[in-house]
Amino acid sequence: MIIDLQKFIAAEQPFWNELEQVIARQEQDPYRRMSFDEIRRLHYLYQRASADLAKIDTYSAELSMRLYLESLVGRAYSFIYGAQQETVRFRPWQWFWRTFPQAFRRRWRAFALSLAVMLAGGVFGSAAIIIDPEAKAVLMPFEHLQMDPAERVAKEESGANEKRLGEGKTTFSAFLMTHNTRVSIFVLALGMTWGIGSVLLLFTNGVMLGAVVADYLRVGQSAFLVGWLLPHGAVEIPSILVAGQAGLLLAGALIGGVAAKPMGERLRAVVPDVVTLISGVALMLVWAGLVEAFFSQYHEPTIPYAAKIAFGSVELILLALFLRYSGRREIGLAVRRRLLGRWRKRQ
Amino acid sequence: MKPGVATAARTHVRTIRTPEGVSFSLPLAGPVSRCLAWLLDALCLVAFAKAVQVVVALTGFISQDLSQAITMLLYFLFYLGYAMALEWYWNGQTVGKRLFGLRVMDVRGLRLRPSQIIIRNLLRAVDSLPVFYLLGGAVCLASRYAQRLGDIAANTIVVRSAKVAVPRIDAVLAENRYNSLRAHPHLAARLRQQATPVEADAALQALIRRDSLDPEARVALFAAMARHFKDKVAYPEEALAGISDEQYVRNVVDLIFRR
Repeated sequence: MIIDLQKFIAAEQPFWNELEQVIARQEQDPYRRMSFDEIRRLHYLYQRASADLAKIDTYSAELSMRLYLESLVGRAYSFIYGAQQETVRFRPWQWFWRTFPQAFRRRWRAFALSLAVMLAGGVFGSAAIIIDPEAKAVLMPFEHLQMDPAERVAKEESGANEKRLGEGKTTFSAFLMTHNTRVSIFVLALGMTWGIGSVLLLFTNGVMLGAVVADYLRVGQSAFLVGWLLPHGAVEIPSILVAGQAGLLLAGALIGGVAAKPMGERLRAVVPDVVTLISGVALMLVWAGLVEAFFSQYHEPTIPYAAKIAFGSVELILLALFLRYSGRREIGLAVRRRLLGRWRKRQ
Repeated sequence: MKPGVATAARTHVRTIRTPEGVSFSLPLAGPVSRCLAWLLDALCLVAFAKAVQVVVALTGFISQDLSQAITMLLYFLFYLGYAMALEWYWNGQTVGKRLFGLRVMDVRGLRLRPSQIIIRNLLRAVDSLPVFYLLGGAVCLASRYAQRLGDIAANTIVVRSAKVAVPRIDAVLAENRYNSLRAHPHLAARLRQQATPVEADAALQALIRRDSLDPEARVALFAAMARHFKDKVAYPEEALAGISDEQYVRNVVDLIFRR
């Protein structure tokens, strides 16, 4: 049996047109809230189009008709079943104070692993410099790090570098922000190599850092080293670690381990947190870039090392407190309870 | 209700089975069309970089340092955010994808979430390794649903999204003012019963596309089709007198698709 296609189209086309209009309206504004009656109507139109598609599949092989109905049903399906997913407007304030630190804490194991890899690199780099100081040329690819630490300190304290930067601090800051963000994205993206790339990058960063620290400490330039690295490093190094955390999360979902879920489901579960973490990293690196260009490059006598170390220490403590406590539900409730108690007493 | 997903028999199509029991197919985009769309997007990026250079150069008289910093930041933000912003506002399309009729979709046929768009674009960093998306292209060729690494992580696919309109059946049937086969209703009923949907569709498509066929090929095609339908149901000579093979096929289609 074959259906009367002309009659079928004439009878059903008004419903298809209506469904197309509803979908187009929703596609233009995904946040638009539909009334209950509109939702019921959309559901009815979708089911009717689905039934029409089933009829066409069974009683007619008219190809263009089937393609049209498949496309219509597909678009409606994505709205009706996609509505089960949360569609929440982005609120930057709430995201920064709650979503980001909560995601960080939820995935702390990946952060611990990222930290362990970088520490292992640091230990390796320090040991390499102590055992074989000639290895500096291989371990530190930057020219200013390869000179003798005492010589560099003397040069920096003479103000030569400050004069060189002089008019270019804003550009230097922009360069640091974009470059470090690129590196962080790369650390994250290499999570797709089952984490091998992320681990290698974290390890090599650790090696460089460990080598620099050991190089300056062994010649007694600890005050310069801490005063130079801490103001921006207090945020920059944790941000690379958080990028590593995001990369390792991706790798964990890819590998799966004991999880019985299929890979697609595992990735679906971690991707929102991965995106939150890398967005937080970008924000942290904007701050680190500003501090490195406008503060870290000034040394004694312009800025005393004690002031720089104090600034860096405060940053580090604030960052740790933020990641540890911000957005905790019980703290929010306790504050609210205390405020409510005070207000009641006043009444 | 949980949406069910069935896997496609052919690798260039993603078939999704809905809880209502119907299936719809999403034709997957191949690496070549995706590469062309990407080239067009790259051109947009270059054009933007040039425009930014010109505009920001005008602010150079205030501070050369500030002007360079703004250029660097704007270019970086645009490079990173171009595809993300457009794929969100245009439901999975960028300028390149729009012109080549491609669209990013959730692998289950659902609406894209912002986190999916962000992750698939951030992972371009690894897909573009070592040069010109070689890694991403290779993974795309090897993967079941033509996904690059970014798509795998984000659970997205890129589909061909040509605009499909309701077919114009009227254009074929309206021309048929008189149908001599209708004079024999019992034979018409037998023909409707014996013609399979595939045969009926083949005849309809031949009529829709008749103008794109060479005259000789058209005559041969309709002769073969007419013979096929005549073998199914034998009409008396007077019903067939004076009508060409093409008209006969048109009458058959008219009988089947219009009652």
